[in-house]
Amino acid sequence: MPIMELFKAYRSSKNGDLIELLATDPAAKPDVSAWAKNNGSEVLDVIEEQGYTKILVRVAKMGV
Amino acid sequence: MRTEEKGRLTSRLLVILSKGTMDMVYPALMIATTGATMGKEVHMFFTFWGMNAVNKKTVNSMKVASVGNPGLPMPNILGMIPGMTAMATKMMNGRMKKAKIQSIPEMFRMAKDLGVKLHACSTTMDVMGVPKESLIDEVDDVVGAATMLQLGEGGQIIFI
Repeated sequence: MPIMELFKAYRSSKNGDLIELLATDPAAKPDVSAWAKNNGSEVLDVIEEQGYTKILVRVAKMGV
Repeated sequence: MRTEEKGRLTSRLLVILSKGTMDMVYPALMIATTGATMGKEVHMFFTFWGMNAVNKKTVNSMKVASVGNPGLPMPNILGMIPGMTAMATKMMNGRMKKAKIQSIPEMFRMAKDLGVKLHACSTTMDVMGVPKESLIDEVDDVVGAATMLQLGEGGQIIFI
């Protein structure tokens, strides 16, 4: 579940950090967008390759 | 309505689980844990057969119904044969493992780690004679419907 992995990285990240997610789940793109929308993080780039998706996210965290 | 939590605005999610089969417990846990990763304040309320998911005696043996299950491609008359429930369950467990999805007890641990709050229904425990000691460690407390409704106040409520 890509969101789980993304969240794990997010938990140990600081405001402004970049997270690169590699996912085989076809729902990764919309799910990450929804996830980012909810916490203010920004989806910088989405690259769809054969069988996997690479997504670059910039972390937005308050008070960190 | 959003609530203040640690100086940050969060939205609430309440998942009510009233069924005790694998096909019901998994979605409930998936929704709850995903909500938690999105920063929501998540509560799960286990009532009626949902109690099976938080009972130490049954959490490791959640099954797939082989009879009366319109989702399963098997006629009832076949599903009734002794051993069919076990077979359907084994098949589903195999698929979950292949898709690298955690087991139900593992998902409960993960839910807890993500900050999901688990609440057992006191009426159900009374009716079904479930003692507090039988509950899995991850359960936070035993409450009633009024508390549960309050936990869903202003947020999303999902009834399974």
